[in-house]
Amino acid sequence: MTAIQHQPPTSAAEQFAQRRQSPVQRIQHLLHSHPSISPFLVLVVSFIIFTVINPRLAQPGNVSLIFQQVAVIAALAIGQTLIILTAGIDLSVGALTILAMLLMARLAANNGVPAILALIIGIAAGALGGYLNGLLVTRLRLPPFIVTLGTLSIFTALALLYSKGQSVQASRLPGLLNWTGKVISIGSFRITTGVLMVVVLAAVVAFILNQTAWGRHVFAVGDDIEGARLAGIQVNRVLVGVYAGAGLIFGITAWVLIGRAGTASPNAILDANLESITAVVIGGTSLFGGRGAIGGTMLGALIVYVFRSGLSLAGVDDQWRVLATGVLIIVAVSIDQWIRKVKA
Amino acid sequence: MSSPVLDKTATSAGSSPKPILSARNLIKTYGRVVGLDGVDLDLYPGEVLAIIGDNGAGKSTLIKALTGAVTPDSGEVFIDGEPVHFKTPMDARNAGIETVYQTLAVAPALDIASNLFLGREIKRPGVLGSVFRMMDKKKMKERAATSMAELGIGTIQNMGQAVETLSGGQRQAVAVARAAAFATRFVVLDEPTAALGVKETGQVLNLIRKVKAKGLPVILISHNMPNVFEVADRIHIARLGGCAGVITPQSHTPTEAVAIMTGATTLQKG
Repeated sequence: MTAIQHQPPTSAAEQFAQRRQSPVQRIQHLLHSHPSISPFLVLVVSFIIFTVINPRLAQPGNVSLIFQQVAVIAALAIGQTLIILTAGIDLSVGALTILAMLLMARLAANNGVPAILALIIGIAAGALGGYLNGLLVTRLRLPPFIVTLGTLSIFTALALLYSKGQSVQASRLPGLLNWTGKVISIGSFRITTGVLMVVVLAAVVAFILNQTAWGRHVFAVGDDIEGARLAGIQVNRVLVGVYAGAGLIFGITAWVLIGRAGTASPNAILDANLESITAVVIGGTSLFGGRGAIGGTMLGALIVYVFRSGLSLAGVDDQWRVLATGVLIIVAVSIDQWIRKVKA
Repeated sequence: MSSPVLDKTATSAGSSPKPILSARNLIKTYGRVVGLDGVDLDLYPGEVLAIIGDNGAGKSTLIKALTGAVTPDSGEVFIDGEPVHFKTPMDARNAGIETVYQTLAVAPALDIASNLFLGREIKRPGVLGSVFRMMDKKKMKERAATSMAELGIGTIQNMGQAVETLSGGQRQAVAVARAAAFATRFVVLDEPTAALGVKETGQVLNLIRKVKAKGLPVILISHNMPNVFEVADRIHIARLGGCAGVITPQSHTPTEAVAIMTGATTLQKG
């Protein structure tokens, strides 16, 4: 057994390390430190292009509509961001939201439960569903993809069994549950209380992620789970907290959804799972965990709906919107892969 | 083949009478595999104790048993003469023992300050800290800069830089700085130079000297004989789950150390 000697690095290599950065490398570094730049640019550029094609896009009425349309997906994407930051994924977001929504709506409309109590039970059910996902991920050590694929079916079935496939009509819903659909006029913009609620929710979660130790731990767990454990972070507690917290957000989203749709239908937001993941990924959060931001996710969600509105106003078949979203996802993940390779 | 017996005996460095850490007769088995076969170990104040050994000699298991990552089947560990029973790495950390793992245990995407304080974040004073749970990012950056400067790592200026943008040696420096900043009893370094080039290895060896100069004893696990002979005060040679002896860089040559490590020579215990 001999001791292994390392070859000394040549001075040429050191010179190479100190070379001037090319413009491309500088962009790589910039995106590495500020990953929200690319979705921001995509949003601004696409907004300008679509406005040039059809100026109606930028009219206050249409912008207000985009905000109202995006609110539900944006809210789901906030919870999804938390989970994806831990290198997880949640396929059950839509199903859990619908279950929470039907619970609050039916308890209030059919069982005579006071609206406020029905609301709290519904939101709590969301948190409980998320907590269940978290327990399965940490205790049974199953991959989040499998856990939430399972709970996707479970929550969907529970929602349909409980509601017997019936919607709760707007007229039977108490005012409190529809409160999130209340329109507020700001100048010529007409947004809803639901939209404002999502903005506040985003701000609160962004604050928690950036300013608190728990937020740091969420990033650390997603970055390197073993490293986080060795650094003394109680990894499982953080993960359960993330899934339960996301569930709580999905419970609140259920309320926003009732306001947006006016009814509580078990067939609402069928595309929610993929759309929430799309918003997160386009927003620059890494599917591999450990990096990302709520702000980017909000931009990502807006991009999808600006494309939807812009292409529809341009008189293009909606399938082009689907196609464009697909391209954006692939580009976004490619950029993420590229900036992860950043070197000093 | 007869194996020569070395008659030089190892003496502990310094005249410190009381060890800060002693382990007595540690045994750990994994089924029929023996990880630790009755190992004794002493760490004295202010010394760098190297642990060398071939692959599978029980270096890692020994370190894990001392830092709470593994609970020994039997045997005793004393810190400052008091018996301790670490169940988790957190127990060891709470006792003032910091370990730098081979895998470094850093979060690459987080900045240097966040990594230094990972799991031990400083909260802001007053309501902002107690109710809103806000971290004191400024203070953490300042203290991180101080810790890094203490260890002579002046080349890294920006504590807000992501760890993944650092070189291997700089990352190691962040991990060592974290250990040195929080350890009150001693620091354990597991193969800190295994993945580094010569220049960076030299920097890490300097770090080890700086940590020692701060008054913290260091346990250094390494394969690299020249490194070990450069910084260690005493060398504990692990072999086949046991201890083949404790030598010093003065009492033996690296070649003799390798011979003891591989069993070509046996050391007469004195």
